[in-house]
Amino acid sequence: MTASGRGREGSGGVPAVVAPPARRRVAVVVFPGSNCDRDAMAAVERAGGEAVPVWHQSEDLAGCGAAILPGGFSYGDYLRAGAMAAHSPVMRAIRRLAVEGGAILGICNGFQILLEVGLLPGAMLPNRTLRFICRDVHLRVERADGLLLRHLRRGQVLRLPIAHKEGNWYAPAEVVERVEREGGVAFRYCSARGETRPDANPNGALANVAGLVNREGNVLGLMPHPERRVWSLLGGEDGLPLVRALVEVA
Amino acid sequence: MGQVEVRVKLKEDVLDPQGEAIRRVLAGLGYGEITRVRVGKLLMLEVDGSERPEVRARLEQAAREVLSNPVIEDFEVRLP
Repeated sequence: MTASGRGREGSGGVPAVVAPPARRRVAVVVFPGSNCDRDAMAAVERAGGEAVPVWHQSEDLAGCGAAILPGGFSYGDYLRAGAMAAHSPVMRAIRRLAVEGGAILGICNGFQILLEVGLLPGAMLPNRTLRFICRDVHLRVERADGLLLRHLRRGQVLRLPIAHKEGNWYAPAEVVERVEREGGVAFRYCSARGETRPDANPNGALANVAGLVNREGNVLGLMPHPERRVWSLLGGEDGLPLVRALVEVA
Repeated sequence: MGQVEVRVKLKEDVLDPQGEAIRRVLAGLGYGEITRVRVGKLLMLEVDGSERPEVRARLEQAAREVLSNPVIEDFEVRLP
């Protein structure tokens, strides 16, 4: 029963509570080994949406019009990061949502899964340094259009944390060339002043790629964690425009 | 039933920082004759009917679609 339902039943002169507008529902997929799902859900709520956890065995997304594939170590990163998750039942629903034009945001391990299923191009190799890297990085916004990027400005520099060991994006030269030509790079690692220099690249990713977007603009993957930067008190709100855009189209 | 081996290797033009780190350790221990190390995966599968062509075709498919990532890896299915 909803709060508004209880309100209407009220008697004895208590005025009926006006039902709040239905909040937009965003599915947050939970794999065994996901560990950023709660943060993703909190970020969705912060952006005004309703977060709906969806277990990886589910064949549907509970009617949600947008979805987050959160960070973590789905299936313990067995075989390859994201490889097992890519074949779980819920990914059929994610593919359907992608085809129907629904918004999908893959964060860190979620980005690796989007690469494994081929919704975004390329693959992840271990970081150049072979170390797990957990720190803030700067990103330059390369695209500020489409469903998910429209609240950003082109050339804007965001500061977001990364936490991964396999974020070294790789694709064959002809694929890199096609991605660049089609504007598939959403974010690049850069200096605090927005220069995409090699020394601003934490993991060795080709062309400093930190995030990719598909041609239709509805599937976005990035290694940094926007869901961890949605409150000033907790280090900043640079991640909020992305989450807000997702919630608005759910 | 037979044991089938699937060998998964990084493609030649993909850098392998893990292999390079191992090579450096080996060189530091005096194994200077080892000039290159590449790390791959060996999967050992127990398979029913691996002598049948349709099962072999299915093994190739599983290796291509699940066990390897064609963007960065090559695979080889070794039958008993």
